[in-house]
Amino acid sequence: MALESKIPSGPIQEKWTNHKFNLKLVSPANKRRYDIIVVGTGLAGSSAAASLAELGYNVTVLTFHDSPRRAHSIAAQGGINAAKNYPNDGDSIYRLFYDTLKGGDYRAREANVYRLAEVSNNIIDQCVAQGVPFAREYGGLLDNRSFGGAQLSRTFYARGQTGQQLLLGAYSALSRQVGLGRIKLYTRREMLGLVMVDGMARGLIARNLLTGELERFAGHAVVLATGGYSRVFYLSTNAMNCNATAIWRAHKKGAFFGNPCFTQIHPTCLPLHGEQQSKLTLMSESLRNDGRIWVPKQKGDKRHPNEIPESERDYYLERIYPSYGNLTPRDIASRAAKRMCDEGYGVGETGQAVYLDFSDSIKRLGKKVIEERYGNLFQMYEMITGDNPYEVPMKIYPAPHYTMGGLWVDYNLMSTIPGLYVIGEANFSDHGANRLGASALMQGLADGYFILPYTIGDYLASHKFTPVKTDHEEFVKEENAQKDLIKRLMSINGKRTVDDLHRELGKIMWNYVGMSRNAEGLKKAIQMIKELREEFWKNVKIPGDAQDLNQTLERAGRVADFLELGELMAIDALHRNESCGGHFREEYQTEDGEAKRDDENFAYVAAWEFKEVGDWVLHKEPLVFEYVKPSTRSYK
Amino acid sequence: MSSKKLNLTLKVWRQAGPNEKGEFKTYYANNISTEASFLEMLDIVNEELEARGEDPIAYEHDCREGICGTCGMVINGRPHGPLQGITTCQLHMRHFKDGDVIYIEPFRAKAFPVIKDLVVDRSAFDKIIQAGGFISVNTGSAPEANSIPVKKENAELAMDAAACIGCGACVAACPNASAMLFVSAKVSHLALLPQGLPEREIRVQKMVAKMDELGFGNCSNVGACEAECPKEIKITNIARLNREFYRARFLSNVEE
Repeated sequence: MALESKIPSGPIQEKWTNHKFNLKLVSPANKRRYDIIVVGTGLAGSSAAASLAELGYNVTVLTFHDSPRRAHSIAAQGGINAAKNYPNDGDSIYRLFYDTLKGGDYRAREANVYRLAEVSNNIIDQCVAQGVPFAREYGGLLDNRSFGGAQLSRTFYARGQTGQQLLLGAYSALSRQVGLGRIKLYTRREMLGLVMVDGMARGLIARNLLTGELERFAGHAVVLATGGYSRVFYLSTNAMNCNATAIWRAHKKGAFFGNPCFTQIHPTCLPLHGEQQSKLTLMSESLRNDGRIWVPKQKGDKRHPNEIPESERDYYLERIYPSYGNLTPRDIASRAAKRMCDEGYGVGETGQAVYLDFSDSIKRLGKKVIEERYGNLFQMYEMITGDNPYEVPMKIYPAPHYTMGGLWVDYNLMSTIPGLYVIGEANFSDHGANRLGASALMQGLADGYFILPYTIGDYLASHKFTPVKTDHEEFVKEENAQKDLIKRLMSINGKRTVDDLHRELGKIMWNYVGMSRNAEGLKKAIQMIKELREEFWKNVKIPGDAQDLNQTLERAGRVADFLELGELMAIDALHRNESCGGHFREEYQTEDGEAKRDDENFAYVAAWEFKEVGDWVLHKEPLVFEYVKPSTRSYK
Repeated sequence: MSSKKLNLTLKVWRQAGPNEKGEFKTYYANNISTEASFLEMLDIVNEELEARGEDPIAYEHDCREGICGTCGMVINGRPHGPLQGITTCQLHMRHFKDGDVIYIEPFRAKAFPVIKDLVVDRSAFDKIIQAGGFISVNTGSAPEANSIPVKKENAELAMDAAACIGCGACVAACPNASAMLFVSAKVSHLALLPQGLPEREIRVQKMVAKMDELGFGNCSNVGACEAECPKEIKITNIARLNREFYRARFLSNVEE
């Protein structure tokens, strides 16, 4: 099967406009004849569901949460990018496009990234109209701040809770449509299987998490907005229930998986406290606007940070990357921290941390200004660590955060399964091999508000649909398959807990498929994952009943999927013999330890086709750069 | 911070289903690091239960950063535990002493029926938002973002109110199980912004009507909601809600 990216022809500035004109339309009166199922209620899912319902489609929304507002987009702190150029510092759609493409280390499609930048301004307009309380200047107009990988201020923010406010905006739009009866909302439902009829996505099987009942949902198209898969690492900044099950089950039905090894390790997270840790906490990248990152110049210096004089501190990001300083992109900042710690300069009890210090900014701007900008983050830090960051530098360390990889989609956001759309972090996305800060919110809302609502209409208008109801044999088949899977899980009755096995997988992923990778380690990881998967299916223990609220069973299903996805991530990382963005292969680095990209051989999207567990076929979508010539990405 | 180990006795509310009788059961949490969070302590207890083949304690949680609003339980009589301004997931074990006995119960309110153990049904909050907690603006119809300036002071007050995470601690804390703090936070957030003004009157009336319909109690100015709110939403929002409500009743021609 050939991968068709469906990128429209013409100059990049006109592609999206022309494409919109060429898309077939569904007339207003006909829209209500189409049923669209949206899975997930984060920024992408909520915004898509609301927009589709406003257009007149029949929309069904599923979320495994008790309320749509709980989706993990809520936890995004720092902000959302747009090319408004309000600060008059030279921004433009083209520059946002350029920065994002470069930030992704030239492993994304030009046309997609340009479109993302193009709709970014509409997103801000939409959110303000919904009542999102963005930060403002005294004149009443919107304020901006800077994020990593940009030399200007284009990030809109609502204190340290931008994701929360944007999600509540999308949630309010979704809720309005629920109240109007145009969206049927099903909470506490987890998608387990995709239903296909005549090769098209026509519905799904979901488990009612309260009763354990399997339920059938039928429609003309299915939209997955189910987020990323960083929980494959067990410890990550993702919420505890984030999982890959929906996209993974779709992958096993024929949706190709794009660039699974492109994962982002976020530089500013709280360090590990010990074995009892359940997740890692992110501290917004915005802190790097005013915080300076350093380690002692002397290895193993055990002095209290405030006793280490200025001359004995190494502000290594400012030293190595003078033009971006503390605002280098995430992949670069993370690797630099790891390098410092690996070389013995790390601080704290474990030596696996670096300082993020605000004392200079507090001296320069006053404590009040810092409190206004980051008050809630400082409070969060103190709550977790017991240290007061106004007085003692924060200790930070990188942690798995975001997955650029995901299901492969064409320019219309459709996967390789007709009628199956994938939006937000769940798709392989516009971020290439590394996502810039404040771009995830932008992409989720771009997909949901301004891209999918157009492109899905073209699919609906240009296909003939045989009527499919939930009593169709494919629904019966898929429901039985899911029933069997649950029965199999419940009947193992082994000795190890789900979390125990998940922790072990996480350690393999972090050690061998984490911040830096090499061929030997990846081969070892593949073997270890296979063995662990066998162990899981022989020795996992799930108490309770499947016909009840059973949180252990929920987790077991997700871990079973991670145990397959983890192997594909390692396979993908092993095949990509280059370093780019978040994917750092130790064999491919420059003399000073920077990523060495290989455009000759690897300027493509790796899209993996599932054959059976442990067996995938690689398809390549070549990346063509007409506007921005890939160059060595330098932030020095 | 150096870590110490704690041994604790837990008295946890166990209830098999909405219509089953619940009771406190005793569990022991041993060798818990003071650096661990309260929920990590519960995870450890649950993992031991699972290893023994027993049903773990059902409780809800997700982001573990205090922002999603999923977690929530009554710890020693207080929603989200003994500290102010945090959610359950932000509570850390360093605030407990070795040998402590800790009582853990679900949020209790008529409008939040217990589903299982510590899990309650808070969908009533969604229904209140669906009734009117929004600005009616379709995708694509928004004007340029900077075309309407917003007084910084109002934007800040709106943000204070919008910080609500919908956890329900206010309802659990209130002797009347009132949802006034929750409703007032949304009404205030949108009434303070020029974008929210066209629907100012209808919004407050619809939300209050829905709140009453769903079985939440009245506000009698106890103030427990403010004291227990993890986001420290101020009770002055309730004053604003009352003002908005009477203003709307006085001015509007909404049909009952």
